[in-house]
Amino acid sequence: MASPQFSSFYPDFLVQRIWERCIKCKRCVKECSYGVHVWDEKKKTLLADDSKCVGCHRCEAMCPTKALVIRRHPSDFREHALWTPWHIKNIYKQADQGGVLLTSTGCAQPYKNYFDHLVLDACQVTNPPIDPLREPMELRTFIGPKPESLEIEKVNGKFRLKKRLPPLIQLEVPIMFAAMSYGAISLHVHQGLARAARDLGTLYNTGEGGLHASLYEYGSNTIVQCASGRFGLHVDYLNAGVAIEIKIGQGAKPGIGGHLPGEKVTEEISKTRMIPVGSDAISPAPHHDIYSIEDLRGLIFALKEATEYKKLVFVKIAAVHNVAAIASGIVRAGADAVVIDGLRGGTGAAPTMFRDYIGIPIELAISAVDKRLREEGIRHRASIIASGGIRNSADVVKAIALGADAVYIGTAALIAVGCTMCQRCYTGKCPWGIATNNPELIKRLPPDVAYEKIYNLVKGWALEIKEMLGAMGINSIESLKGNRDKLRAVGLTEKEMEILEVKHAGE
Amino acid sequence: MWLLKEKIKEMSGCGIAGIINVKGELIPGDLIIKSICCQYERGNGLGAGFAAYGIYPEHKDYYALHVMAQDKSALEKVEEILAHKTFVNYKEPIPTKKVKTIKNAPLFKRYFVKPKFDEEYQMVCGEDEEDNYIVSLVMDINEKVEGAYVISSGKNMGVFKGVGFPDEIAEFFRIDEYKAFIWTAHNRFPTNTPGWWGGAHPFTILDWSIVHNGEISSYGTNKRYLELFGYKCTLLTDTEVVAYLLDLLIRRHGLPLQLACKALAPPFWMEIDEMEEEERDLYTAIRVVYGSAVLNGPFAILFAYNGGLVGLNDRVKLRPLVCAKKGDFYYMASEEAAIRSICPDPEKVWAPKAGEPVIVELEKGVIPNQRSYLEGRPKEVEEDALRIKCQYIPLQSS
Repeated sequence: MASPQFSSFYPDFLVQRIWERCIKCKRCVKECSYGVHVWDEKKKTLLADDSKCVGCHRCEAMCPTKALVIRRHPSDFREHALWTPWHIKNIYKQADQGGVLLTSTGCAQPYKNYFDHLVLDACQVTNPPIDPLREPMELRTFIGPKPESLEIEKVNGKFRLKKRLPPLIQLEVPIMFAAMSYGAISLHVHQGLARAARDLGTLYNTGEGGLHASLYEYGSNTIVQCASGRFGLHVDYLNAGVAIEIKIGQGAKPGIGGHLPGEKVTEEISKTRMIPVGSDAISPAPHHDIYSIEDLRGLIFALKEATEYKKLVFVKIAAVHNVAAIASGIVRAGADAVVIDGLRGGTGAAPTMFRDYIGIPIELAISAVDKRLREEGIRHRASIIASGGIRNSADVVKAIALGADAVYIGTAALIAVGCTMCQRCYTGKCPWGIATNNPELIKRLPPDVAYEKIYNLVKGWALEIKEMLGAMGINSIESLKGNRDKLRAVGLTEKEMEILEVKHAGE
Repeated sequence: MWLLKEKIKEMSGCGIAGIINVKGELIPGDLIIKSICCQYERGNGLGAGFAAYGIYPEHKDYYALHVMAQDKSALEKVEEILAHKTFVNYKEPIPTKKVKTIKNAPLFKRYFVKPKFDEEYQMVCGEDEEDNYIVSLVMDINEKVEGAYVISSGKNMGVFKGVGFPDEIAEFFRIDEYKAFIWTAHNRFPTNTPGWWGGAHPFTILDWSIVHNGEISSYGTNKRYLELFGYKCTLLTDTEVVAYLLDLLIRRHGLPLQLACKALAPPFWMEIDEMEEEERDLYTAIRVVYGSAVLNGPFAILFAYNGGLVGLNDRVKLRPLVCAKKGDFYYMASEEAAIRSICPDPEKVWAPKAGEPVIVELEKGVIPNQRSYLEGRPKEVEEDALRIKCQYIPLQSS
C-alpha cells in the first residue's frame, strides 16, 4: 500500500468559485500552470484541486467574469503558539519526501525590521524645505574608488586636475537592479530590466547565468556576475558590462551556491550558460579558487587584468555576523565596491532554513560596515551597495543615511512586473511569466510591459526620494550619505541605536 | 548660569557683517559695531561676536589663544596643558568692562604661544607642522577640559564673543579700542537654547574665523567626514563644521580658495554637464571626492584669515548676502542697510549669486605672516591607508 501523503491533505489555499458568475470559458484551466483547474468533459464542469494551488492569484486576476477568489484555506489546526501550521506542514512535507525544504524570495520570518523603526526628519522654520518641482534636486551617484583628495594645477590661468579620476560608474538614481540570472527569471524580464536601467541611468545585473546575445547592446548599463559556478563566463562576457561582480554569497542563502533546476534549462539558457539542456546548474558553495582572502585578491586582479583595468570589480557577500571585518578585507583585497545582501535578500530558489534563519538584517550590516571602513580610513576606497528587503523609497533613503552609496532592488522590481509573492519561483512554472522559461508562460510578460513597469517604479521612487531630500532641506544625495541627523529611532534598544548610530525620537 | 556644553546641535538665524581694507590699513572697531548693530532685529540677544585681524602686532609671530573658562580651576587646567605643550611668551586677562545686562560672564584670558614639540626643547620645524600642532592642541583642550574652550588660536588675530546683543558684547570686550584690517561680526538668533557663550560666533581654528547665518542640513554627513581627518566637533554647532572644512580643504589638501568654495557650494550637475571637457572633469572630480564636504542647506557665511575675507552663499541662495566696494574697502553683510550705515556712498553694491564666492585678498606684503590661498598649494603627504597595518581606531559615536 502506498503511504499517505500527509502534505496533500491540508492545502494552503482554497479556490472558491462563484458559480453564478462562471461562464465556463476554461480560461482558468489555461492560466494555471500548476494544474489546479481541470475541465471535466463528462460532467461539463470545472473542478479545482486546492492542494496544487500556490496562491499566485493568476486565475483570479485573469478570470473574465471575476468568478474566482483565492483565499487562505479556512481549515484550522488547533491553536498552538509553538506548533503553527507552517511548522506542521513543513514536517509533513519532509516526512513524505525526505528532502530539503525549498522556497523562494526573501526571509519570511517576522524579525524586527529596522527600517520600520527609523523615522526621517524634515525642515520647519529654521531652515526652509526645498521644493523639487522648482529647484534642482540631485540624485547622481558615483560608484567606485575615490581618491582622498585632489591635486590641482594651474595651466594658462585656469585650474585643472593634475591627475584624472580612476574609472567610476555614474548613476542617475542610487537604485540598481540586483543580480537575477537569465534562467531564474525570463529573458523578457532581463530585457525589461536592461532597457529600464538604460533609460533610468542606472545598472542591472546579469546574475550568474551569463548574458543573452540580445542584451550585449545594453553593456554600459550592465554588471556581469562571476559566481562560483562560472556559468556563461568568457572574456567577451566580462568585457560586456561596466562592472564585474564576484558573488561570494547571497542574503537568501549565505554559505551555499546557486541552484537552477534542470527543468529551467532550455535551449537558449543552455547556450547562454554553456551547459547541456536539462542539466541542473549547481554552483558550488565556495569559489574553488577562493579559499581565503588572498585568493579573492587574486581573482579581483585576474578579472581586472582580463579587462585591462577598464571595469570596476564588485564583491558581493551575504550579511553575516562578521560582516564588517569581512568587508574590510574585501576592500583591502582591491574591490571597488562591496555589495552587502542582508537577511531579507531574495532568491529564485533556496532551502527554507537558509532563507529564514541565516544572516543578519541589512540595516545593522550597513552601519557596521560603514563604521569599520571609516575607522580604518578606507571608506573612500570602495562604495557600499546595500540590498535585501528594500521595499520603498523611504527604505532607500534610510539605507543611504545609514552609510550606503546605493542600493540594489530585486524583489521590488519583480513585484512591479506582476509577482504576487507566492514564493514558488523554484518550480519554474511561474504563471505570471516572470520566474520561468517555459516558452508559453513567458509570453504572458512581454519585454515592453516589463520595461514600462520597472521604469515607472524607479521613476516614482526617484521622485519620492527627491521630495524627501527637499523636505530635509538638502538638494543633493551626497548630503544624505551617512547623515544620521536625519534619522531617529522609534522603539529600539540602546544597543540597537548604538550599532545604528542613531538617536531616539525626542532626543 | 551659562552653559558651556549642551546636548543637542544648535539651530539659529542671524545677521553678519564684515569689512576689509586691501592695503592693510587698520579700521577702528566703531565701524563694525555700527554695521552689526544696524542689523539688531536679526538677533535676539542670545549671542554676538567679533573677529579682528591685525590686533596683536607686538606678538605677531605667536599663536594668540583666547581662552574662555567657566571658573578658575578650568583655566588652571588649560594653563597646565599650555605649560607642558607650548612656550607661553605672554599672557594676560582679556580686558573687559562691566555691562549691566551681561550676567555670569565666563573668564577670558589670552596666551601668546609657540608649540613645544618636545617637553625639553623646541624642534626646528615648518609652519605646517606648527599649525597642525596647534590644531590638535586646541581640539584636545576643547574636548578634554571641562568648562574651558579655546575660542581663537590664530596669529595676530582674535575673537571676542558671548551671550548678549552685539552692542553689549562690544561694550563688554571694549571692541571700540581695537583696530584691525579685517573685521567680521555676528548677531545671533538661536531658536532652541538659552544661548551659551561657546555657541556664539565667530568660530575659529588657527586664523580661520567664520561667521555664519544659516543651518547646515548636511551637518551629520559633514561631521562624519571631518572625523575621518581627526577633527572632533565639540561645539555642537554647524559653524564649527565650516571652520574645519575650510582648514581641511584649503590648508591641508591645498585646494585653491575658489575651488574649495566650489566644493562647499558646488555647481549643479546640469551646469557641470554643460561645461567644456577640462572644466567638467575638474568639477566632476570636486563633487565626487568632496561630496561629503558639501554644505547643504541655507547659509551665508563670511570667513576671514590672515590675508583675506570671503563671502559665500549656499547653492540656491536661501540666506541673504550683500557686498559693496569703496576705494580700498570691501564690505559684506546680511543687509545693504548695514553697509550703508558705515559707507553711505559705495562705488558698487551687489548681491553675489548662489554658490559664487566673493574673495577679497589683501595686496601682497602689506601685513606680517600674510597668507594667500588663491593659488592652492601642494597637498600634505599622507600615508596610504591600505599600506598601514590594520589599525583599529574607534571613532566617537554620534
